[in-house]
Amino acid sequence: MSDGFSENNSKGVNRRAVLAGGTALTASLFMPKNLRAQDFATADINTTGLAVTDDTVTIGILHSVTGTMAISETGSVQAEKLAISQINEQGGILGRKIEYIQEDGASDWPTFAEKARKLLVNDKVASVMGCWTSASRKAVLPVFEQHNGFLYYPTFYEGLEQSPNVIYTGQEATQQIIAGLDWVNQTKGAKSFYLLGSDYIWPRTSNKIARKHIENFMEGCEVVGEEYYPLGHTQFNSVINKIRLRKPDVIYAIVVGGSNVAFYKQLKAAGIDPTEEGPIVLTISVTEDEIRGIGGENIEGAYACMKYFQSLENENNIAFVKAFKEMWGEDIVIGDVTQAAYLGPWLWKAAVEKAGSFDVDKVREASPGIELTTAPEGYVKIHENHHLWSKTRVGRAQADGQYEVVFETAELVEPDPFPEGYQ
Amino acid sequence: MQSSAFMTRKELIGFLILAALIFIVFPVALDNFRLNLFGKYLTYAFVAVGLALCWGAGGILSLGQGVFFGLGGYCMAMFLKLEASTPENTAIQSTPGIPDFMDWNQLKELPWWWEPFYSLPIALAAVVAVPVIFAFIIGVAMFTRRVGGVYFAIITQAFAAIMTILIIGQQGYTGGVNGITDLRTLMGWDIRTDEAKTILYFVNGALLFVVLLVAQYVRKSKLGRLLIAMRDQEDRVRFSGYNVANFKIFIFCLGAAFAGIGGAMFTLQVGFMSPTLVGIVPSIEMVIFCAVGGRLSILGAVYGALLVNWAKTSLSESFPELWLLGLGALFIAVVMFFPNGLAGVWSEKIEPRLLALFNQKKPSRPTPDGAPAE
Repeated sequence: MSDGFSENNSKGVNRRAVLAGGTALTASLFMPKNLRAQDFATADINTTGLAVTDDTVTIGILHSVTGTMAISETGSVQAEKLAISQINEQGGILGRKIEYIQEDGASDWPTFAEKARKLLVNDKVASVMGCWTSASRKAVLPVFEQHNGFLYYPTFYEGLEQSPNVIYTGQEATQQIIAGLDWVNQTKGAKSFYLLGSDYIWPRTSNKIARKHIENFMEGCEVVGEEYYPLGHTQFNSVINKIRLRKPDVIYAIVVGGSNVAFYKQLKAAGIDPTEEGPIVLTISVTEDEIRGIGGENIEGAYACMKYFQSLENENNIAFVKAFKEMWGEDIVIGDVTQAAYLGPWLWKAAVEKAGSFDVDKVREASPGIELTTAPEGYVKIHENHHLWSKTRVGRAQADGQYEVVFETAELVEPDPFPEGYQ
Repeated sequence: MQSSAFMTRKELIGFLILAALIFIVFPVALDNFRLNLFGKYLTYAFVAVGLALCWGAGGILSLGQGVFFGLGGYCMAMFLKLEASTPENTAIQSTPGIPDFMDWNQLKELPWWWEPFYSLPIALAAVVAVPVIFAFIIGVAMFTRRVGGVYFAIITQAFAAIMTILIIGQQGYTGGVNGITDLRTLMGWDIRTDEAKTILYFVNGALLFVVLLVAQYVRKSKLGRLLIAMRDQEDRVRFSGYNVANFKIFIFCLGAAFAGIGGAMFTLQVGFMSPTLVGIVPSIEMVIFCAVGGRLSILGAVYGALLVNWAKTSLSESFPELWLLGLGALFIAVVMFFPNGLAGVWSEKIEPRLLALFNQKKPSRPTPDGAPAE
C-alpha cells in the first residue's frame, strides 16, 4: 500500500465534499472512496489470526452498561455504535463491514480485565473501543500489552501514561487545564484560585498541574486553597464557607459524579451564583451529560474547559449531532467524552487503511500522523505519543443545559502526557 | 478406610467428584481463557468455605469477608508490585524504583511498612497473618463483649466500608481507587503467560483442597460439634462451662485465613488487586455464593461460588444490558425454593433417589454407616 494515501484521501475529498455541501452529508463527509474487499486478500491484511473474514472484521466494545458508571459510559457506547454504522454505510474498512461484540465491564475493574481478555483471546477482535475510568484502563492495560490488543480510550484523563497498545482520543491533563487557566487570567484578570476535587488520581493530578502552572508560569497568581472529598461526598458546606472566607477569584472544581449535584446546588444556596462571576466557577469535570443531573439552572454561568461542546457550530458537528439524535433520540445530549469515543472507530479506520492491514503492529506504526478532518471537534491528528492534537475550548453553562463556547485556542494544543516542570 | 471418623463414605465421594471436576474435567473441557476464569471463581470459593464454617456451622454471619480477601490480596500484590517496580522498569518516573502510583502521588521514597514486602516468605506469611490478626482484633473486641447476630453482621459490614475508604483515601500508599495494577512476575517467573496461568490454576485447586480438608477436620472435631451447639443454643454451651467467645474467635480467624489465601491467589491469577474487591458489595456477594451453595455444606460453598460466578460471566456475555436481572432472579429462586441451596437440593431431592436406585439393585445392603445427619 502506498504510504499516506488515507490522509490524502481524507483531506482532499472531504474538503471538497464539505464545500459542495452535498445532500448525502454524512456519506460524503467521511472518505467516500470505495475500497472493495476483493482488492485485499484476507491472508495479506490479517497475518496474526484476528477476527477478519472476507467481508467482515470484528471489534470489541467494552464499557460499563450496568453499575454506577453506566450513566457516564452509555454515551460512549452510543457514539461508537454510530461511528461503526456510518463506516459500514460507506462500505466498511478495506471492503469489510465492521461487526462488534459488546461486553459489559459492569463498573467493576476485575470484570473489565476479564472481558478484555475474553475479547482479545477468545474473540480475537481487531481492536477495542472502551474503558472510561482510569481504574478500568489500568486494569485492562496489562491484558492489552500481553496479548497485543489495540484500545481506543475516550476519556480526558490524568496523563502519565503512554502505552503502545492504546490510542488516547481524549485530552491528557495539560491539554485541558493550561489554556483554560491562561484564559481566565488574561480575559477575566483572575489572580487567586481555590482548587477542589474528588479524591482520586485524576483530580489530584490535574490540580497538581494547575497549581504548578499557576505558581510557576502565571505571574502574580496564587493558590489560596486545595481540598479533596471522597467520591460520592454530598456535604460541601464547610468548603463553601472557606471559599467565602478566602474570597478567591476562581473556584477551580474537579468534582465528579453524583457529588456534582450536591456541590453546585449548595454553592448556589450559599449565595455564590456563578452568573455573577464573583468568584468565577471553572470546572473540567462537567460536560453536558453531567449538567442533566445537576440541572441547568443550578450551574448556569459556570465555565467548563473541554475540547468539545455539543453547541460547536461547524459542519462536521452539525452533521454529527443530527445523526446522533436520529439514532438515539431527540432528548440526548452529547458531552466531550462521547465525541472522543466517536473518533475511535474513525481513527482506527484511517490507520488500518494507511497500513493496508488489520495487524496490530502495522496499525500502531501507521497511527502517528493520522489526521481526521471530519471530527465533530474539528481537525485532529494523532501524535507520536498516541494522544491527539486538539484544541482547548472554554464554554459557559446555559440554563438549558448547553454550553456557549466563549473561547478556543487558535492552534491545536500538543499532547504532553509527561509534562516537564509540572511533576 | 481409617478416615471413617474424619469423613463418611458419602462425603468422600463428594470430595472425589469435586476433585475430578477441578483437576480433570475443567482442564480438559475448557480452553485457557475459561480455565483462568474458573481459577478466579475458585478463589472466591476459599471465602465461601470459610463462611460455611463461620456462618453455616458457627452461626456467625460476617458481611465483611471482602476485607480479609482484600488484605490477603493486597499483601501478595505489594510483593509483586515491588518486584515489577525495578529502577529500569520505572525509569520514566521522577523517583525511579518505587511503585508508579507512589510517584504520581509525589512520594519520594518507599514507606517503611512496604519494605518487608521485598521478601517473598514475609509476604506469603503476611497473606495469612495480616487477615488473621485483623480478624482476631475484631473477634476479641466483639465476641468477648457478646456482640453477636445481626449486630455483628452490621459491624463487619462497617469494617468493609471503612477499609474501602481507607484504601481509596491513602492512594499514595495503596494505589487508591485504581488499586495495585500491572503486576508481572513472581521471583522472575512471568505470571501473565498462559502456561503460568494454568500452573496457578492447579496450585489454586490444590490449596483449595487443603482448605477443604482443614474445614472438614474442623467440622468433624469436637470443636465443630461445639460450634453447631453454639449456633443452636449458645447459652446452654456457655452454662456447660465452655468459653464461647474463644471458639467464635478461632473460627472467625480461620475463615479470615481462608479468605486471605483466596485473595492472594486472586491477585496472582487476575494480575491486580483493587478496593472494589474489599467493599460491601463483594462482601455480600461472597455471602451469596455461600447461600446459593448451601451454607451448611463446605462442598456446597465451592459449587455456589462456581455457579454464581459462571452465571455472572455467561449472562453478562449474552445479555450485556440485562444480565443483572437474570442474576437477581437466580438468587431469588434459590432463596425461595431451595433455602438450603445447592447442597439442600442434592441431599433432599437427588440423593434419596440415587440411593433408592442403588438399593433396588442391591436390596440386601443396608444404608451406609449411621454418621450423624447434618
